[in-house]
Amino acid sequence: MLWIHCPWCGPRDESEFSFGGEADIVRPPAPAQTDDATWGDYLFYRTNPKGWHREQWLHTHGCRRWFKAERHTVSYDIRQTWPMDAEPEENR
Amino acid sequence: MQHYSVFSLARHALSGHRDWKPAWRDAEPRRRYQVIIVGGGGHGLATAYYLAKVHGIRDIAVLEKGWIGGGNTGRNTTIVRSNYLWDASAALYDKSLQLWEGLSQDINYNVMFSQRGVLNLGHTLQDMRDIRRRVNANRLNGVDGEVLDTAGVKRLVPFINTSPTSRYPVMGASWQPRAGIARHDAVAWGFARAADALGVDIIENCEVTGVRQENGAVTGVDTNRGPIDADRVGVVVAGHAGVLADMAGFRLPIESHPLQALVSEPLKPVLDTVVMSNAVHVYVSQSDKGELVIGAGIDGYTGYGQRGSFQTMEHFLSALIELYPIFSRLRMLRHWGGIVDTSPDASPIISKTPVDGLFFNVGWGTGGFKATPGSGWVFAHTLATGEPHPINAPFSLERFHTGALVDEHGAAAVAH
Repeated sequence: MLWIHCPWCGPRDESEFSFGGEADIVRPPAPAQTDDATWGDYLFYRTNPKGWHREQWLHTHGCRRWFKAERHTVSYDIRQTWPMDAEPEENR
Repeated sequence: MQHYSVFSLARHALSGHRDWKPAWRDAEPRRRYQVIIVGGGGHGLATAYYLAKVHGIRDIAVLEKGWIGGGNTGRNTTIVRSNYLWDASAALYDKSLQLWEGLSQDINYNVMFSQRGVLNLGHTLQDMRDIRRRVNANRLNGVDGEVLDTAGVKRLVPFINTSPTSRYPVMGASWQPRAGIARHDAVAWGFARAADALGVDIIENCEVTGVRQENGAVTGVDTNRGPIDADRVGVVVAGHAGVLADMAGFRLPIESHPLQALVSEPLKPVLDTVVMSNAVHVYVSQSDKGELVIGAGIDGYTGYGQRGSFQTMEHFLSALIELYPIFSRLRMLRHWGGIVDTSPDASPIISKTPVDGLFFNVGWGTGGFKATPGSGWVFAHTLATGEPHPINAPFSLERFHTGALVDEHGAAAVAH
């Protein structure tokens, strides 16, 4: 089981959290003017890297707030977590 | 190829079984092939076999980064069924089931295909409505199926907990008698041997590290055993579809997740069918060795680690004990994880790609084993002709841009 550091609640068991997929996906600003290829990319296409992955988590059974994490998809190590509207420590 | 039969068995018994030949050659990669198949799992080997047998193309290499049967082919729970809701899926999976029915004779290898039927349990009124709808759709597509009530389930599985106060009350089930299980290792070995006999080079310990292209067309692959040229390349991988697509320079609508399974200590015969429950994510059958083979849903997060989380195991084992109280004292022997490439609509991608001559057969998610022969059969057609067969045309990569998804999530008997 992973040990995930919620930016608000501190380290908690993985079972309190829900995985929310890849982070930093931006909805096209004008859907009606967006072509099918761009819209399909936004809806369905994912980076799915083998290595470090920026992703979203929800502390479902805790503070119920979303945050971002950088996790390695082979070792499952979590390098850092940070609030949705902030930048991670090392990029500040 | 030496033919396997009771006579060959008797003949080899006379020499103490010391003269059996390896089932396939340990081929050295040549510099060039007509077709390269990346991935030596069941699907890749079936593709090579049907390419050689049906389409007469024998200049084929199957590149496997590990060993034959070491990937997801050897990690699944071996269930074979075709009771999918949508027409496109029913056509694909039932084609596969029809090939399963003659497979052992066709490839002269006993894949121990046992049509012991599959139950998909319904625990709520809505489950039962969905089951009725799906069974009706199956029958219209020529796929066998019946709706059973609680007593009908109890007749097939007498020890299942059907108490109305159970946490997961069994209100009924769908029943596909033609479904069953097969021996997964034998499927890989049998296809490898049959393809090898038709001249296919099966190259193990050969990892693809790059996809070579010129002017938007594929020209071959780079491997850890040197570059190999080819006119056409078919990528048939599980767990690494995104990595291969990245090498070729495009993205896929796929996320890779761990999927766990485990087997118990061996028991006397107790369960002579396969029972799945989509709502509680547990499915169980009994192998010929007597072990219960138990599978679950995917872990929530993406990953390539071939292991999952304990709470996922706890979840499906608690469901198992609630449904089958007599299993509560069983000890579990082995537990493992595989990596499944899940697509947004829970259907595979068997398709052309943005690169000419490069074809992908990926994204089978949690349910690829059942499709092994059918997947190989349609992909062989695609590789031979350059165009999809009518059966796999709906499973193109373009569907994620046109919106014509084959949405099997929840609607079918798919455990997700």
